[in-house]
Amino acid sequence: MRKVYMDYAATTPVDDRVLEAMKPFFSKKYGNASSMHSYGQDAKNALDNSRHILADSINAKNNEIVFTGSGSEADNLAIKGVAFANRFKGKHIITSSIEHHAVLEPCEWLEKQGFDLTILPVDKSGLVDPSAVETAIRKDTILVSIMHANNEIGTIEPIDEIGRICKENDVYFHTDAVQTFGKISIDIEKMNVDLLSTSAHKLYGPKGVGCLYVRDDVKIEPLIHGGKHEFGLRSSTENIAGIVGFGKAVELRKGEMPTEMRNLTKLRTILIKEVIKIEDAHLNGHSELRLPNNANFWFKFIEGESLMMDLSLNGVSASTGSACSSKSLKASHVLLAIGLKPEEAHGSLRLSLGKYNTAEDVEYVLNVLPKSVEKLRKISPFKRDWNSENNFEKNIRT
Amino acid sequence: MRDVTCPYSKEVMNHFRNPHNLGEMNEADGIGKVGNPLCGDVMRIYIKVSESEKGEEIIKDIKFQTFGCVAAIATSSMVTELAKGKTIDEAMKITRNNVADSLDGLPPIKMHCSNLAADALHAAIKDYKSKKLQSEDVVI
Repeated sequence: MRKVYMDYAATTPVDDRVLEAMKPFFSKKYGNASSMHSYGQDAKNALDNSRHILADSINAKNNEIVFTGSGSEADNLAIKGVAFANRFKGKHIITSSIEHHAVLEPCEWLEKQGFDLTILPVDKSGLVDPSAVETAIRKDTILVSIMHANNEIGTIEPIDEIGRICKENDVYFHTDAVQTFGKISIDIEKMNVDLLSTSAHKLYGPKGVGCLYVRDDVKIEPLIHGGKHEFGLRSSTENIAGIVGFGKAVELRKGEMPTEMRNLTKLRTILIKEVIKIEDAHLNGHSELRLPNNANFWFKFIEGESLMMDLSLNGVSASTGSACSSKSLKASHVLLAIGLKPEEAHGSLRLSLGKYNTAEDVEYVLNVLPKSVEKLRKISPFKRDWNSENNFEKNIRT
Repeated sequence: MRDVTCPYSKEVMNHFRNPHNLGEMNEADGIGKVGNPLCGDVMRIYIKVSESEKGEEIIKDIKFQTFGCVAAIATSSMVTELAKGKTIDEAMKITRNNVADSLDGLPPIKMHCSNLAADALHAAIKDYKSKKLQSEDVVI
């Protein structure tokens, strides 16, 4: 059976060249970057080199790159770190209803600690209205956090404009770029961002490494105190192998990104065009302003975890926003925020492509998916509408 | 047996792959309906009951339709297998745990939300009983 991985938004395989670059830093160049001896200096040089690659890739300065243990940690550092450092200036934070949990949860936690939170709605395609950000900004607003592109539905937010509004109003602006870094070119000057989160494992780098860009004039407190690593913002002996891998992955993206994104856009467009031909299949997210590799659908009258597992039985790995597949047993907050009813959100499927996907993979998915949908619709009691009571009554013997 | 690449038991996946007694039933004697599309699980169990020579009421035929996750579909399929050919009194004694055990267990998170098949079976039997009472009333 053919195996097709179409869950690159969840994670990506480590590129062989990245793995090769990392290898020496486990058992040969194992020094602590804080040590003065040659082992330490080898590690320090590797750390500095990766920092420079990352800074260069987003038009930042080396001292504005803070390595973290994950994208979630970068989000937490940005939000809690800015909130704590600026709490005497103001207590108001603005975010959106479709942020990743790594942004929403820290914001909601801060609300419990006495901060004020405004969660902006999005339109049907998942877009945040920049003028709504402007209206929501108050005198005591200290931070706006709006993601660069959404991880589930792929909608790309008008970050440049929101950044400009934040700058004019003298409010810090954070963006979660975990899904865009390595897919869309990022220039922190053009985007007017003060803080930007990224993660290595979404771009063929290792898991366990993230990065927060922190503009050098931002007032921020660390989450982890200790040996003053990462300019005092993230104490912990640096994960050199991981950071080297992150650097290598970013370096590779530079050359590969343009061609790869053209290819993925082509494949993704075919995928969407064909899948929405299935009866009662709908596209979630924006038709144009979306990540080149993202396709997200909902299928009426079936449930997403079943669909995902049936696809998995047929060799296709994808993901769903259904409640049944989540640890919280709640339907995706993103799909609900764009106006889907819970029963519709339960029937969602995300296919996210990556550089190892081929036209044959897409063809295979297009062959398997309609069959899985049909199979589950046969099992479902709903055929024509959700409230098929009439249909139901007719089965009772009279 | 547990396949380590799958969160569900082999038996659950077998029933999910090839559900038993699937479909609608015309002229059912009882229909049980549980769940809600909002929560992501809806099950319908249809039963046909006939009297045995001893005068016992036997579940002669049973069908199901389910909107829901793998666990919801597999438990529905399993409960139809467990109930088929049983007397309605025996079928009323089938519990959620019996269903889960027959499937070699369910992931803990699914034990509560998707393990509704026994409830749907019981609802179908109750529906049958109340219909029977009604028709007896009419006769009297």
